[in-house]
Amino acid sequence: MAYRLEARARPAQAMVWLSPVLAAVLSVIGITILFAVLGRNPVQALQVLFIAPLETLDGLAELGLKATPLLLCAIGIAIGCRAEVWNIGAEGQFTVGAIAGGGVALAFGGNDYWWMQPAMLLAGVLGGMAWAAIPALLKTRFNAHEILTTLMLTYVAIQLLGYVVHGPWKDPQGYSFPQTKQFAADAMLPMLIEDTRLHVGALFALASVPLGALLLGRSMMGFRIRTVGAAPAAARYAGFSRNGVVWVCLPISGGMAGLAGICEVAGPDGQLTPVISPGYGFAAIIVAFLGRLNPFGILFASLLMALLYLGGEGLQLTMQLPIAVTGTIQGMLLFFLLAADVFINYRVRKLPPRAAAASGAATHA
Amino acid sequence: MASPPPRLRLTGIVKRYASTLANDGVNLTVGPGEIHALLGENGAGKSTLVKIIYGVARPDAGTIEWEGQPVTIADPNAARRLGVGMVFQHFSLFESLTVAENIALGLGATGSIAELTARIQDVSRRYGLAVEPGRHVHHLSVGERQRVEIVRCLLQSPRLLIMDEPTSVLTPQEAEGLFGVLRRLSAEGCSVLYISHKLEEIKALCENATVLRGGRLAGGCDPRVATEQQMAEMMIGGALPVAHRPAPLREGKPCLEVSKLTMESDEPFGTTLRDISLQLRDGQIIGIAGVAGNGQKELLGALAGERRTPDAAAVKVCGTDAGHMGPTARRKLGLSFIPEERLGRGAVAEFPLTENGLLTAYPHGFVRAGLIRTGAVQKYAAGIIKRFAVKASGIDARGSSLSGGNMQKFIVGREIGTNPRVLLAAHPTWGVDIGAAIAIRQALMDLAAAGSGVLVVSEDLAELFEICDFIAVLSGGRLSPPKPTRQTTVEEVGLLMGGRMAAQEMAHGV
Repeated sequence: MAYRLEARARPAQAMVWLSPVLAAVLSVIGITILFAVLGRNPVQALQVLFIAPLETLDGLAELGLKATPLLLCAIGIAIGCRAEVWNIGAEGQFTVGAIAGGGVALAFGGNDYWWMQPAMLLAGVLGGMAWAAIPALLKTRFNAHEILTTLMLTYVAIQLLGYVVHGPWKDPQGYSFPQTKQFAADAMLPMLIEDTRLHVGALFALASVPLGALLLGRSMMGFRIRTVGAAPAAARYAGFSRNGVVWVCLPISGGMAGLAGICEVAGPDGQLTPVISPGYGFAAIIVAFLGRLNPFGILFASLLMALLYLGGEGLQLTMQLPIAVTGTIQGMLLFFLLAADVFINYRVRKLPPRAAAASGAATHA
Repeated sequence: MASPPPRLRLTGIVKRYASTLANDGVNLTVGPGEIHALLGENGAGKSTLVKIIYGVARPDAGTIEWEGQPVTIADPNAARRLGVGMVFQHFSLFESLTVAENIALGLGATGSIAELTARIQDVSRRYGLAVEPGRHVHHLSVGERQRVEIVRCLLQSPRLLIMDEPTSVLTPQEAEGLFGVLRRLSAEGCSVLYISHKLEEIKALCENATVLRGGRLAGGCDPRVATEQQMAEMMIGGALPVAHRPAPLREGKPCLEVSKLTMESDEPFGTTLRDISLQLRDGQIIGIAGVAGNGQKELLGALAGERRTPDAAAVKVCGTDAGHMGPTARRKLGLSFIPEERLGRGAVAEFPLTENGLLTAYPHGFVRAGLIRTGAVQKYAAGIIKRFAVKASGIDARGSSLSGGNMQKFIVGREIGTNPRVLLAAHPTWGVDIGAAIAIRQALMDLAAAGSGVLVVSEDLAELFEICDFIAVLSGGRLSPPKPTRQTTVEEVGLLMGGRMAAQEMAHGV
């Protein structure tokens, strides 16, 4: 029996949206097998992973808390991807946004200035933008590929965060722990639900969904972005500048990641520490593709990814599984998604025995 | 019967790709020494049939007989062993190697280069194919490259030579030279399968023709007897519409002026534009003839604004210095441009027709406060589809779902729909089916009659002579002064087109 991948006459529209669902289902099967191999009860593990976090109000709030940075980063990444501008460094822009906004909080907090929180948020956005502007400059001036530059700048940003919390901004009363002082109360974002950690950053994330959809789907700028991505020669012909689009996409993407960063540290954490993100900026890349680079799709994908983070923590606590399980599950999801995406453009066809023999012969020839 | 068996006989050939029948019960018989034309519009199944003969594709059903013997042609090597040679439309030569080295690679020859050089010179003398074995390919003109490909085939002593649209890159004089070679081969007993859509060439050269339409056999004829109209109608399966030039408007003001434009190409093997001057007036159609690669791309880029000219006054659109302006600013002055490539440049394959309409029409009131006016864009696309009878499933049809001719009609409609005062058209009917080509020419003539200036760059001399008031020739980056169409001839234009060779020889010979 032989099978062959055959190009479809046109991409299957149903598969475009079925593929992430298929990937999720296959991941669940993969996880089940993984748990069985590890000698854990798969049913219990799936319950801990997918059901338990959703059973309490606190769990739902935590879900929103984790989805917030994922959603903000992923929509920014998706806007760039539509122009084929690949921002792999949302994690770095997130970090610089947190440093910039956190710096404002540390410098001016505790004085009850009315502009305290807007200034922090603005500083976060600007920090992320500035960090993304470096690859934009390198790309438009020297044609340096943004995949490399954004990724490398992420590690620079993490070192920068390490420097400030170990050095100049270290809390003198912190028993030598590498962390800053706690932000003053007026420099903390308001909570949305009493006694949970869900903060107003979630509203920014939610608002970014329709705004992102409007930008990409209805605005002339979004049309330029999509044209540059889909057909660079057509964009040149129409008079859309590629460099202009790079200078729109990377700063927007960086600004959104920076906003996510400052919201994270001014929301639940309230201080800067050497590790402020469990890899939100990288997981957001998976979220963006899982959501088909469409803001509404990304909303669902970010909730799924947040659930994996929460469930992964649950697995550590209740079943003594290592944290690496979360990364493994994320990897499975991306792997199955990419595999399922093949079926958007290809179909599997069974070869009749005669043709199979012939094609076999051709391979051996 | 004592007559020899046909060189090649195909019977009931069927080939299916994914969901389309590319060939459906096609028969073709080529006699020994016969020059046989294979005719048909794009998508009629000519390329599929040729791929089957050359062993690139295998038929799903049907038989192939070679000199009376049933054969299966597994791959191009098997085809060459039988004696089938093919000259492709796109050449496969290495720029950095010499002619002899290229031929040695193609033949997989074992002998020395010196030995091969002698054989090349021998063949080139015998058939009058001027080829210098020691020259590097990147110095060669397109016509010379084609001769290299032909020599490569002839060295294998083919008994059937397949030529795919061979004259699309040649000057009329070069084409005449090629016909001489083909007639000579035919006299020596080599059969030729000649694929072309230029009916006048087929009348002049071929003694038999097979016409395909929609993957099926539409019929056969003797091109020496049948009229061009009859052959064209067989290809499209209906009566041929006729384009006519409306009464020309009195000459108006200049709408596009180019003065002393000199500009380096920004591509490695591009052509430098030298001292180009041209004045296009309202209501005129000026044609620019020339073999591709003589500066057409560079000139159109400089006129449309994709490349800025060093001197702002070198290009004036409607009296305004536009040399430093980008495409959008020039469009706002009233310039429109139909580019050479359709999908990927003139239109985006994965965009619906609505967005493909917006692509260049956007400066004309389709955007408000940064947002696209969806209703207006939909109306615009629907209007184009209706006016130009574009065959599409609707305004939401993707660019990639349209045939080449229908995509081009849509692009032409989009560019004309903004009422431009100047229209640049690059190879507007290249590779387009006959019905669409006539509709496009008619649209260009109607636009001129309404008072706009039209500049047509084309390799199709018949087209330029049909629709243009003036014809100029671009050769080696220089533009000849435009001549009134009635005061020039195809021969004169052809000689100017070939001028590049002389100029190049002067540049290289020291």
